[in-house]
Formats: sequence, structure tokens, C-alpha cells
Amino acid sequence: MSSSRSARHSGRRHPLMGALLLVIGLFATGGAYAATSAGIAHAQDAPVSQEALVEEGEKLFLANCASCHGLNSEGTVAGPTLIGVGALSVDFQVGTGRMPMAASGPQAEVKPVQFTQPQIDAMAAWVASLAPGPGMPDPQYYAADGDVANGAELFRINCAMCHNVAGAGGALTEGKYAPHLRDLDPIHVYGAMVTGPQNMPVFSDMNLTPEEKNDVISYLKYLDENPSVGGFSLGSLGPVSEGLFIWLIGLGGLIAVAVWLTARSN
Amino acid sequence: MANKPPASGVETSDHDEVMDPGTAVERSQAPQNPGLPEEHQRVTDLDEKEARSMERRIAGFFALSIVGSFFAAFAYSLFPIIPGDMASVRMNNLMVGLGLSAALLGVGIGAVQWAKALMHGHELVEERHPTRGTEEAREAAVETFQQANKESGFTRRSLVRNTLIGALVATPIPAVALFRDLAPADDPNARMKKTMWAEGIRLTRDPSGVPIKASEVTIGSAFHVVPDGWKDLEHHKLEEKAKAAVLLMRLPVDELNEDPAKSSWSYQGIVAYSKICTHVGCPVALYEQQTHHLLCPCHQSEFDVANHCEVIFGPAARPLPQLPITIDAEGYLVAQSDFTEPVGPSFWEREL
Repeated sequence: MSSSRSARHSGRRHPLMGALLLVIGLFATGGAYAATSAGIAHAQDAPVSQEALVEEGEKLFLANCASCHGLNSEGTVAGPTLIGVGALSVDFQVGTGRMPMAASGPQAEVKPVQFTQPQIDAMAAWVASLAPGPGMPDPQYYAADGDVANGAELFRINCAMCHNVAGAGGALTEGKYAPHLRDLDPIHVYGAMVTGPQNMPVFSDMNLTPEEKNDVISYLKYLDENPSVGGFSLGSLGPVSEGLFIWLIGLGGLIAVAVWLTARSN
Repeated sequence: MANKPPASGVETSDHDEVMDPGTAVERSQAPQNPGLPEEHQRVTDLDEKEARSMERRIAGFFALSIVGSFFAAFAYSLFPIIPGDMASVRMNNLMVGLGLSAALLGVGIGAVQWAKALMHGHELVEERHPTRGTEEAREAAVETFQQANKESGFTRRSLVRNTLIGALVATPIPAVALFRDLAPADDPNARMKKTMWAEGIRLTRDPSGVPIKASEVTIGSAFHVVPDGWKDLEHHKLEEKAKAAVLLMRLPVDELNEDPAKSSWSYQGIVAYSKICTHVGCPVALYEQQTHHLLCPCHQSEFDVANHCEVIFGPAARPLPQLPITIDAEGYLVAQSDFTEPVGPSFWEREL
């Protein structure tokens, strides 16, 4: 104790000084990077021509995606071809942070989005220029102002078996899972239905019309905005979490009361 | 008489040991009756201050109960149920429930604590009374029966007795006839072996009933299908859906490995399978577009759609039945026939 005090008095570095410097350095680097990339994003806010957008998208593609999807997006063993997947697919995969994938695995995980929206739009424009594919829908079809009751029925028939009737998600086979559908950007819900990302089946406009998709989106918005009226939802996972609760808390509570009832007063 | 002092039993065994010197057990190790433990003194017995503080605590629980009762009564109108607003129902239930919990738990905890900490706490031993009654009571009981038999003539007038027994046995017979009618009127076997599907019936979307064109089923699509006409059924709608529900999928033709005998049952990579699991009948609809696996959510049976829905994991014993499909003149998907085997789980009369 006395030695550390004397070290401080003599002006020598505190043992934690190295860690502090490291933290400061990291913040400075990260801040500088954020400032630079924000600057890039700001520069792209200005309207650009379609050709410039496609060219910008190709550059971003070559720098970030080509290692798996191939230099001409023809696909490799590591990733599928992107010819014909359409702008909507890019908007969903990159806009939800699923692409670029952090690591190969059973499923591309949601993570913080790696690109700004103008960059995503540029990549989408480039992929759309390769071959026709599903494009961005009219905003009225994901305005979430549709028929909630019809959307709920369509959701129960087409979506609930994987995503859970309350949109809480669920397990699939071999490590794959259907993600939860809470607090999502409506365009991403729309994009998932049209493009069928990963193992999700495709629900094209010939299966669920754009109006019906809007109804489904409206139902999800209703779920987001209305709390469970039955009290604690316990994650809406059904018998798994409810059973765990009643076996541990419910039965455990009864045992505790029984012990207290028969215990001697001290 | 019945409760000999335990000491005498110990003495007897001591005596036996003396007679038989072959035992390895030392007499000093023989179990001793430990007697009753020393009486437990509670802090509230020993310290009047503690007892008074406990009294206040118990009164506090009862007071909490009173507050809870009034809170529940006022909460019912303070947090009213507004028609159409489910959040208000939740708030009303929560607040009234909290008040009632405090009211009931307060009385319960206070009463138990009172009994445990303050009420008379001396320990005492109560002897269990013998099971056998006294001789007088036993004789009186036998006498009552004999007198009743004599006065009623139950054993003497055997005709009356036997017809009474016959009448009592016959009374429940009408119930058998009445309850038997609760069973299905016709043989359930025939109904379990047949669904709504038949030659030429169009595949339609669930729930809208709009028919499906083959060209609308893009690769990777999954359609949830009911037979044409199901939507307008007036009776047994759910029963019919539970048998006829079908999942329609389109796979790339080169990835579809079909049974040669059933190769005409699909249409350009479009296949239709029963949605009812062959294990215990849950709807199997968790379709993975890229692996072509179907997962049953109840017991994790897995079916491989690319390989005529054979079971690749889980407790199901048979593949999902395939619905033979083709297209009609207008391009709509239609069934070639009903399922060629019963859908759903096994039953006694099902031929394997």
C-alpha cells in the first residue's frame, strides 16, 4: 500500500494507466472512423444518377460480398448466386444485418447493420441491374394500415407454425430457427415474405397478394402495440416457459409455504 | 394395560442376550429410549418485549388485509373496464388481484404466525385410543343388526329380498341404452379412410378458397391448401379440414427424387402432401425451403419432401401421404383422386 502511494507521488504510472490509455485510443479510433463513414453517408445523400448508383453498388459488392458470392455474383461454394434475387432481397439481407454474414453457420444471424441505407440502396441497384427480380414494393403495401383480423388469420395459417402465433419465433431443425417478429421494420417483413430468405418458403404476390401482406404487417404492428391482456406473457413461448415457471416458482412456492407452516417458531 | 413402559421391552432383550452369549453386539450398544426432547422455549415465551413486538407484527398483517380488501373494492371502480380496451381489463385484473392477494395472504400469514409464535406453546403427548371398541359396544352393534333382521324379515321373507335385489340390478340397464347412443352412429373406420379429396377437385387457398394455378406456385413456395368446396361446408367443417389439409410445395425438378410408382403424382416439381402427421396428427407445416425438410412441431418428426416425405428423424412411423395432383384444362391444380392411404396417425383397423 505504501509503495503504491509513493509510486503515485513520484509521478510514475499507475498500474491502470495502460488500460485507460487503451480505452482512450479505441474511442479515438472508433470516433474517427464513425466520423469518416458518416461523412461518406452524408455525401451520398445527394441525388445520384442510376448509373452512378449501380457503379457505387458494384464497388461495395466487390469490396464486401464478392469473396463469397463470386466476383460476378455467380455464386461460389460459400454463397449462392445473386443473379435474379432482386433489390428487395438485398434490402432485407443487408438491411437487417444478416449480410454480410459474420461466420458460416446453420443460419445468418441478425446483427447490427453494417451499411448505411444509401449504400444498401446502391448494392440493391447493382444486384437489380444483373437480372430481373423482386423489386421494392409501393410503400402503401407496407403501411401497416390494413385489416388486422384478416392479417391475423393469414398469419395463423401461413406463418404461425414457425414464427409462433404471437410472433415469438421458434426452433427449426439442426440449429436453424425462425426468428421473432417483434418491432420489425415493415419493409423487412414484406421483403422476407416475397423473397423467402434462407429456409423460409416464398410467399409471392400470387400466393399472398400485396394487400394481404399489408394485413399481415398490420397484425404484427398490432402485436407490437398491444400488451398481452392475460398478464405476464413469459416470452409467449407457450408450455416451455409457462411450465418452467409453474414448476419452479409455483411448486417451489408451495413447498416453501409447507416448510414455513410446519417449522418451529424460534 | 396396552401401553407398557418401554423400559420393560429393553429388559426382556437384555435377558435374552444373557441367555445367548454368541452375539457380537456389546450390551452397552443396545438402543436406548432417548425419551422426549427438552421442551422448546420460543423467544416470545422468554421475553415479554419480543412477544409484544410479535403481537404488533401480527396485527400489522391483519391491518394489511383490511387495507387490501378496501383497495380491491376501490380498485374495481378506480381502474374500470373500458369496453373494447383490453389493456384496461389487464389493469383492472391486476389491481383487484393485488388487493385480494393482500387481503387473503394478510389473514393467512397473520393467523399462522399467531398460532406459531404467541398461542400456548407447551408440548404434550396424547395417547392414541385403541382401534377395537369395548366389548359392550361390539355386542350392542351385533344386537342391533339381529333385531333389525328380525323386525324386517330380511332373511325370512326371501321372495321380497330377492325381487328387491333383482329390481336394483335392473335399474341401470336403461342408462346403457341411453349412453350407448353417444357413440358414433356409423362405423368410424370408413370416415377415417376417406377425405374430401376426389378426382378433379381443385386445390384452393386456405382460408380464401381461391383456386391455385400451377404457374402461381413459384419455386420455394409453400401453399396451405384445402379442397374446393370446403369453405362452403355447413357441417363438420373442422373435421373435414383436419383430414383434408394439404401443404403444396414446388421444388426444382432436378432436386426431387420421386418414387417411380408415384412419379405421375406431382406436376413439374409441384408436390402436395397431407399436413397431418402420421405420428399423432399434429399439423406438419414447418417447411424449410432449402433443405426441403418438413418438421412436426409437436414431437420433432422430420420428413424429407425431396425424398417422397420419408421420415428422417423422430417418432413418426410412416411417410406423409401424398395427394396425387395434376392440372385441369384451365391450368388450375386438381387432385387425381383421394389419398391412396388413410391420413394421420395409426388406428386399429388401418392396414399397414
